[in-house]
Amino acid sequence: MIDWALIAESLPAYWKGLQVSLILMAICVSASFLLSVPLAIARVSPNPWLAKPVFLYTYVIRGTPLLVQLYMIYFGLAQFEWLRESAAWPLFRNAWFCAWLAFALNSTAYTTEILAGALRQTPNGELEAARSLGLSTASIYRRILLPSAIRRALPQYGNELVMVMHATSIASAVTIVELTRTARDVYYNSLAPLEAFGMVAVFYFVITFTLVGIVKLLEGRFLKHLRPKSADIRPTEMTPA
Amino acid sequence: MLKRQFLAAAGAAALSAVLAGPSFAQAQKLRIGVEGNYPPFSMIAPDGKLGGFDIDIANTICAQMKAECSFVQQEFDGMIPALNAKKFDLIVASMTITDARKKQVDFSDPYYDVPSRFVAKAGAFPDHSPASLKGKTIVVLRNSPRAAYLAENYKESTVVLAGKETEVYMELAVGRADIGFGSSVVSGEAFLKKPEGKGYAQLGPAIRIGAGSGVGIAVRKDDEALRTKINAALAALKGNGEYKKLADKYFDFDVSGS
Repeated sequence: MIDWALIAESLPAYWKGLQVSLILMAICVSASFLLSVPLAIARVSPNPWLAKPVFLYTYVIRGTPLLVQLYMIYFGLAQFEWLRESAAWPLFRNAWFCAWLAFALNSTAYTTEILAGALRQTPNGELEAARSLGLSTASIYRRILLPSAIRRALPQYGNELVMVMHATSIASAVTIVELTRTARDVYYNSLAPLEAFGMVAVFYFVITFTLVGIVKLLEGRFLKHLRPKSADIRPTEMTPA
Repeated sequence: MLKRQFLAAAGAAALSAVLAGPSFAQAQKLRIGVEGNYPPFSMIAPDGKLGGFDIDIANTICAQMKAECSFVQQEFDGMIPALNAKKFDLIVASMTITDARKKQVDFSDPYYDVPSRFVAKAGAFPDHSPASLKGKTIVVLRNSPRAAYLAENYKESTVVLAGKETEVYMELAVGRADIGFGSSVVSGEAFLKKPEGKGYAQLGPAIRIGAGSGVGIAVRKDDEALRTKINAALAALKGNGEYKKLADKYFDFDVSGS
C-alpha cells in the first residue's frame, strides 16, 4: 500500500527541505529573542513614550496574519521605486531576507508579549528586596527581573518556538523550497498524498518533539525551585478502610 | 407495533422516491478546475469574477455539450492531484499536453497552442543561449514544462520557481530575476503592454516545448466518455466558426494550433 520506494527516492529532497526549514527557524528565533528582551522591558516601562509604541507594534503584528505580513514585505515593498533604487534593495531582492524579516518581526511581537507578561508577574517581594540592597535599576533588571522572568516564560516560549517552526512552511509562498514545499513537489510529481504529506508530517513531528524535549529539559533545570519536593507529593499508603 | 411498521414503510417509500430522482433527463453537472493567474487565458477581475479565454472556451464547450458547469479555482501545481481526487471533473487551465502529465491524466485534442519565449530588459542579453544566461537568474512557473526545460538545458543558471505565471513577471519587473521564461502570449499581452513591462522585450525565437503538442483539457484516466464528448464539442465549435469568434476577441493571430 505505502510506496516505500518513493519515500526512499525523495528522502534527499526532504533532507534539503529540512535543512532550509531549520536554518530559517534558527535565524528567526535568535533574532526575535535578542529583539524581544529590550522590547519587553520597554513594554512594561511606566514611561508611555516607551511602552505605547511597543504596544502598538505587537498589537498590529499580532492582529494580522503572518502570510499577509510576508506578502507585504516580499511583494508589497518591492512595488516602491525608491526602495528598488536604494542601498537596501539587494537585501529586499532576496527571498530569504524577506522571509527572515517577516518571521522575525512576527515572532518578536509574540515573544515580547510573553516576556512582558512574565516581567509583570515578578513577585513584589523580590523587587523590594533588591531595592533594599541598594541595587541600581539596571542591575535589578540584569540580576533579578530578567533571569526570573525568562525562567517563568519558558513553557510559553516553548510553544512559540513550535509555532515558528510550523510557520516556516509559509516561506514557500516566496519561492523558498522548505519542507512543505518539498512535500508539495513530491505530491505533484508522484500523486501519492499519503507518502508525500505523511513523510513531511513525520519530519515536523520529530522536530517539534525535539524542541519540546529541549524546553522540558531547560524547565527541569531552571524551574527546579517551583517543583514540589518529591517527599511531599508521594501519596501516602492507602489503608483499606 | 402496527403504527411503527406503517411509519417504516412510508419512510422507505419516501427514500426510494428521493433516490430514484426526477424521471426526466437532467443536464450533466460538471465542475471545472481553472487557475485564474494566467492572463489573458485565465484571470480574476478586481470584482472577483473569473474571465479569460480558458473560461470562455470552457463555457462554450459546456453549452455545446448541454452540461451545467461550475468553476473551481485551484493553484496550478495542485491541479492534477485535485482532478484525480475528484475535486473537479476537468481542467481548463492552459495546461500543455506533456508525456509526464499523460501518465496521470488524459487530454482532449488541443484547444490552443502558443509557444514559450524569454523576456528581459531590452538589450540586456545578446541572445538566449545557455552560455549567455550562465550565472544569471531565470524566473519560471513552478512545475511547468518550461521549468523542466530550464532544468534540462540551463544547468548553469539559477532558476527561481514562481507559484503563478503572473508572479513570473512580477519577480522580473522588480528585478528579482534577470530574465523570465513564460508563455509568449501571457508575456506579450499581460506584461509588455502594461506600464510594469515598459523597457522589457521578448528575446530570441518562439520555443515549442514538447513539439507542437499544444494545450489540452485534462480529464481523469477513467473518464473516456467525457473526453469523447469534449472532443466532439471542440470539433463542432471549430467547424461552425464559434471558436474563431471567441479567439478573435483575445488574439490578433491564430492560436488554434491546427
